[in-house]
Amino acid sequence: MTAYLLKRIIIAALTLVLASIVVFAVMEILPGDPARLMLGLNASADQVEVLRNQMGLNAPLVLRYLHWAGGLLSLDFGRSYTYSVPVIDLVRERIVVSLPLALIALALSTIIAIPIGVFSASRQGRAGDTLVMGAAQLGVAVPNFWFALMLIYLFAVWLRLVPAGGFPGWSAGIWTALKSLLLPAVALALPQAAILGRVARSALIEVLNEDYIRTARAKGLPYRAVLWRHALRNAMIPVLTILGLQFAFLLAGTIIIENVFYLPGLGRLIFQAITQRDLIVVEGIVMLLVAAVILINLLVDFSYAIVDPRLRAIPGKVRSGFPSGIAPKQILRAVQRFRETRNRSRGRQ
Amino acid sequence: MTLRVDLPEETLAGVLAKAFGNRSFLIGLIITLLVVAVALLSFVWTPYDVTRLVIADKTQAPSWAHWFGTDHFGRDILSMIMVGARNSIAVALVAVGIGMGIGVPLGAVAAARGGIVDEALMRLNDLVFAFPALLSAIMITAIFGPGAVNAIIAIGIFNIPVFARVARAGALAIWPREFILAARAAGKGMTQITVEHILPNIATLLLVQGTIQFALGILAEAGLSYVGLGAQPPMPSWGRMLFDAQTRMVTAPWMAIFPGMAIVITVLGLNLLGDGIADILDPKSRRRR
Repeated sequence: MTAYLLKRIIIAALTLVLASIVVFAVMEILPGDPARLMLGLNASADQVEVLRNQMGLNAPLVLRYLHWAGGLLSLDFGRSYTYSVPVIDLVRERIVVSLPLALIALALSTIIAIPIGVFSASRQGRAGDTLVMGAAQLGVAVPNFWFALMLIYLFAVWLRLVPAGGFPGWSAGIWTALKSLLLPAVALALPQAAILGRVARSALIEVLNEDYIRTARAKGLPYRAVLWRHALRNAMIPVLTILGLQFAFLLAGTIIIENVFYLPGLGRLIFQAITQRDLIVVEGIVMLLVAAVILINLLVDFSYAIVDPRLRAIPGKVRSGFPSGIAPKQILRAVQRFRETRNRSRGRQ
Repeated sequence: MTLRVDLPEETLAGVLAKAFGNRSFLIGLIITLLVVAVALLSFVWTPYDVTRLVIADKTQAPSWAHWFGTDHFGRDILSMIMVGARNSIAVALVAVGIGMGIGVPLGAVAAARGGIVDEALMRLNDLVFAFPALLSAIMITAIFGPGAVNAIIAIGIFNIPVFARVARAGALAIWPREFILAARAAGKGMTQITVEHILPNIATLLLVQGTIQFALGILAEAGLSYVGLGAQPPMPSWGRMLFDAQTRMVTAPWMAIFPGMAIVITVLGLNLLGDGIADILDPKSRRRR
């Protein structure tokens, strides 16, 4: 298992470094001189040149990258060109909106999806299953920002139950703040719950066909206990995979949803920064989100090993590194299955 | 000669009979054909001209004259949805084309060569997957500017690793088969085997993934247009229509309701079609889905 985890960690670190190079390169291509931007149109060429030197913009490309990337490691994202404050301060201000929003949406989608999956799988092929899966099929097709608009129309314009947008800040009281995050969280969560519910159902159905489920039933365990205790636990691998991917997706999804609800989160910040050509802020947020995605995927990889003890025995290279005589077919199948679901779900992102 | 080992006992008539007995496939096919027909129809006829602004008719509720109402410039929403279908289909289709055209060869090469080529390719895949698709699309349109063409590129780039993965996984499952061994014994090279034997056998996998990516492309295009990074006015696009509707939710909710329903119906149709094809061609997936 150590070899497996070590390989995942190395790959994650490598991906992060490559991603930082890509982000840095992209921002270098973008037109616009930050020094000129800070000083305004009336500044003389000399003034701009002095500031460029101060900001280190005239240093060689590689040095500038190393300086920037080195700063990232100590959470120093540089200073915003337009606000003249450290980027990390801007991020800190906004993340208290985006992160809770993504977490609430994730919790909501799990709470909705797991019972739906269990319900559908236990009634496979019957009317209830068809109905619920039809609804899920519809849910997958709904763009979350349109769903958000419909929610605003229903709950804010018609029923006047919640505010249509804006965020009063956590200082206005936790309940007031949560209330303004409720609609955005539902808008994010329901389409995700539809995907997760389908995954949970298919994973459960596959497990329910296994021999050990029949054994559990044969020894007299009630169906309910078998379903929730034995089957669900074994169906958790694909569900966890999707859950991890969804968190990354939700973090990015907040970018659009925050714009629908006028929430002062990271998504709004990145759009403002792009229109103001505040590239260093864009760089910082993109790197932060990318790092979050990589970290979450790493945690998902780790969690496989915790959820499924069979995987702990597996060395890093499953496909080619396994002496064929030793590998129990079951293990290989399990690994293949989770890689498949992971690939398939990545396609869905 | 091409071997189709995946469907040894199946004739075309058999597949067709199964296709028309599959509910999901039938409904999906009908919806998809309907959407395509509407898009094609818009080239020759729409109820109203979408480029003409009739301020006197602005934000009218749905009526017999304007089935889906009018927008803030007095344009007919139904006509705009019809023309917008063109844009959505074109963007998603070309983006799938880019993804397949580049991704499939990459995946096939990775599977055929293995070793360091494979490893390097998969790490590149990891890299692209680390960027949430929407975030990268925003970055790409921030560099090249907004517009339908850049939206296509942005969505297309993120289709590449998806198809590379599917092609690689599919090809890896075919390579150890006996008929490949026979082809090698007959003296065929890697390229020839890939083209003549591997690709025909993973075509169905790619077709299913293609419909999924098509549906996702339509969603992504709508999202990009919604934040102003997709097709630019006056070209009608579904996402852009939703953006215009957002500030008028109280006075003209129909401006948001109908374009959104157009997106949902189109994506639903494509997803059903994809599920249906997977069911018909792979009996195992019926149980799994």
